[in-house]
Amino acid sequence: MVTLKINNKEVSVPKGATILDAARKLDIHIPVLCHHEDLCVAGNCRVCVVEQKGSMALVASCARPAEEGMDIMTNTMRVRSARRHIVELLLAEHRSDCTKCHRNMNCELQKVANDYSIGEHIFLDLVEDHDYFVDRSSPSFIKDDSKCIRCQRCVRTCEQLQYVSAIAVAHKGAEQKISSFHDRPMSHVVCTNCGQCVNRCPTAALVEKTYIDQVWDAIYDPNTHVVVQTAPAVRVALGEALGLDAGARVTGKMVAALKQMGIDSVLDTDFTADLTIMEEGTELLVRLKKALVDGDKEISLPMFTSCSPGWIKFIEHRYPKYLPNLSTCKSPQQMFGALAKTFYADKRKLDPAKVVSVSIMPCTAKKFEADRPEMRSSGYKDVDFVLTTRELGMMIKQAGINFDTLEEARYDSIMGDSTGAAVIFGATGGVMEAALRTAYEIVTGREVPFENLNIKPVRGLEGVKEASVKIEGCVDDWKFLEGAELKVAIAHGLTNADKVMKAVRDGKAEYHFVEIMACPGGCIGGGGQPIPTNQEIRQLRVDAIYEEDEQMVLRKSHENPEVIAIYKEFLGEPNGHKAHELLHTHYVEREAY
Amino acid sequence: MKDTGLVKIDLIFEKIDVKELLIKAFKMSDEAIVQEVITSGLKGRGGAGFPTGLKWKFAAFEKEQEKYVVCNADEGEPGTFKDREILERVPEKVYAGMAIAGKAIGAKVGIIYLRDEYRYMLPELQSLLDEFHKSIKEIGYDFTLEYRLGSGAYICGEESALFESIEGKRGEPRNKPPFPTVNGVFGKPTVINNVETLVTALMVVKIGGAEYSKMGTPDSPGSKVFSVSGDTPNPGIYELEMGMTVQKFVDEFGDGDTKAVQVGGAAGFCVPRKRFADTIIGFEGVPTGGSMKLFNSTRSMYNVLHNYLDFFVEESCGQCTPCRVGCQQLLKGISLVKKGEIKATYLNDLSKLAETMRLASKCGLGQSVGNAFNSIVDNFREEIVY
Repeated sequence: MVTLKINNKEVSVPKGATILDAARKLDIHIPVLCHHEDLCVAGNCRVCVVEQKGSMALVASCARPAEEGMDIMTNTMRVRSARRHIVELLLAEHRSDCTKCHRNMNCELQKVANDYSIGEHIFLDLVEDHDYFVDRSSPSFIKDDSKCIRCQRCVRTCEQLQYVSAIAVAHKGAEQKISSFHDRPMSHVVCTNCGQCVNRCPTAALVEKTYIDQVWDAIYDPNTHVVVQTAPAVRVALGEALGLDAGARVTGKMVAALKQMGIDSVLDTDFTADLTIMEEGTELLVRLKKALVDGDKEISLPMFTSCSPGWIKFIEHRYPKYLPNLSTCKSPQQMFGALAKTFYADKRKLDPAKVVSVSIMPCTAKKFEADRPEMRSSGYKDVDFVLTTRELGMMIKQAGINFDTLEEARYDSIMGDSTGAAVIFGATGGVMEAALRTAYEIVTGREVPFENLNIKPVRGLEGVKEASVKIEGCVDDWKFLEGAELKVAIAHGLTNADKVMKAVRDGKAEYHFVEIMACPGGCIGGGGQPIPTNQEIRQLRVDAIYEEDEQMVLRKSHENPEVIAIYKEFLGEPNGHKAHELLHTHYVEREAY
Repeated sequence: MKDTGLVKIDLIFEKIDVKELLIKAFKMSDEAIVQEVITSGLKGRGGAGFPTGLKWKFAAFEKEQEKYVVCNADEGEPGTFKDREILERVPEKVYAGMAIAGKAIGAKVGIIYLRDEYRYMLPELQSLLDEFHKSIKEIGYDFTLEYRLGSGAYICGEESALFESIEGKRGEPRNKPPFPTVNGVFGKPTVINNVETLVTALMVVKIGGAEYSKMGTPDSPGSKVFSVSGDTPNPGIYELEMGMTVQKFVDEFGDGDTKAVQVGGAAGFCVPRKRFADTIIGFEGVPTGGSMKLFNSTRSMYNVLHNYLDFFVEESCGQCTPCRVGCQQLLKGISLVKKGEIKATYLNDLSKLAETMRLASKCGLGQSVGNAFNSIVDNFREEIVY
């Protein structure tokens, strides 16, 4: 421990902690812009400068380790003047069209500017001197260099959390900017559209591409039938966008709000999450049988999950050799979309051409996924519009709904039923747990041998988790698995995914089934979730997900009555012909840069 | 005020038997070498002036097995060309200086980071390095040097940006601490010295620290190589004793009409005629890495400042706010004042901004932009405005 003084108050912090950490311990506020809890230190915005007794220059509190005996002042004349100047400088090169900005009222630069009551500008406007570029090429997000304050959070996110490095710092001096490889459009680089940069951008230099107006238009159009699906992770985060605490569970209120907004049918992605388990679980068992019993050398193991479109694009760019290892199952969003304009339209006697399928996702990559040419198996665009949790929050505000006092409502039917197994898709390890709950029972006829169905070893925010399940007492059809040890791994965040991929590639890991989610914490930490994000917030959302699961009556996907019904009435068998046509897909190899 | 007067010295370029000196040096203990350099009072000749002996001592103190000596040959300060001359005339002394630094701190590897513009010298330098490797092997000492080339960025002369560049990354200064002696190139303890510093340290070992410190002043002991340019009949490279006044310098090199001397390049200070007599060239007055640029009355100091700011706008790495945006503000500000589009009093706001840049920038580049700005604006305000 080291002991130092900040504003004449003593504080002790562990060795290696920064002055900023120490100040926070004392509840002393120091503004930051480039600093982010999830990322390494940058120390480049300089807005966190403080005075250190004995030092001629000011020091950046986010980057300077606390030292024994330091005497720090955070609000001297020099500090105040420097901070004001720095904020002014940032504003000088930032297009400050706040009232028209997507991040208005939720912008870190705006907040700091407000705190330092920047009134009339001292400095000269530099925006017009720059040839700023707005890149709208990605279906998921917009990159607007005129809003960029060069904090490099996005660069660090892409490199450290995601191991993608689709963006990096280019050029120097006044020309310095955040750019892609050879300035190519974001749609033509290795970007996975995960949106983690969007989540951490302090301004609107990186924002999701919104489809709010299009969805309102569809709602207002009397000739369309708007069907909405909501992803599992949205219900534990939407509250944050509407002023509630992190971890608030707002499923019923969300459904009620959507109904008030005029959505014709509010349904649940959880239904197709359960369906995914049926399809993917069956696919895994079939692969295992072919590999272990039939000795089929063509079968690729381990099998990787395919729910996360950021992960899909990552493997398509980076490890195309392993595309056969991906489950062919579409993600729950796309299964839902394909069924909405076939099964659902049919049942409800609707013209599928008039069904507008909207999904509410914690994710920006889902926008890209919905646009993929493979995702038209209904004969139409399976999912017309994808909105993020943040966009839904915005729409609820626009609709003038008081979210807090809203009476809870229930999902519509059909395709509105779900189980706890589907809800936990939202957290890292959830797909694995749901799959195990079902697969184990199919194979042995008994529930998974974990207390209250909670498979704890696959839960938690550790980067890579491994577990194994011994299979004993198999029913006749699956006798070949008797005594086998099913080895699984779970990774979240693409940096962790890459570690797993390297281990698999180098033959250092022998897994049967691997769950990978592109975002830290899984979907609850998705790029479309409310800003800000950090480990603490993600943990609260994870906790909420498991609470949601615990209070469900049904907690195993194969027990979902609507799932049972849809196989009977429409799909036939899991992995059967119809299922393959609508619920499975294929992947493409992409460039490595 | 001790004024040494203008005394020409021949230490840096003196031809010596390097092998003989190394044999002598390698018989000394590591501590003794460090102590000689400390005794000499030698301060870094790249411009910042950190005591060389202390730097070596800190690095020697580190327990790591792997350590490095890095020679900063990224000479990029406008008006500085003395390291080029040293590398052309006495490269073997640079190599020997690095070997001695290596012995003193316990490093077996040295890296010379050569600015891209000096690439033409590389074939010659490399063949001399091969000879040096042979001769050091004959002495029975294990030390290897290699060249790394820059790519033309001024910022890579900043030590931590230089490390990043060597490591193959974008040349951006790091947060300090940790300092290079603890966490230098490849994360290992590193001594990084300027070309001239390494040769000077070698000569300190030759003549003794005490003897060396007799030259110059207490704050600026020893001699220094100056690059003299601008309005002078005698431009070129001169080794002079430290501690002369600007007046003595101008008496020797001026053209009779000198109105200002820019000491230390774009990052340095502008000394106006009225301050020539009471300004010492050295750490007690105006320090310099070697650049001495004379301006006569035909020169517009607005153009001089504009040129420097233009340089900084382009050469800032762009990483930190005060430097990236501040440089642009200063340049645009003086341009608009000159055009009469904003009031002359705006220069006061810009001076305050220059002070913020000095206080809050991440590295020496941004911290020193205010030197030239404030010293030119303070002394030649009318030339900026009218």
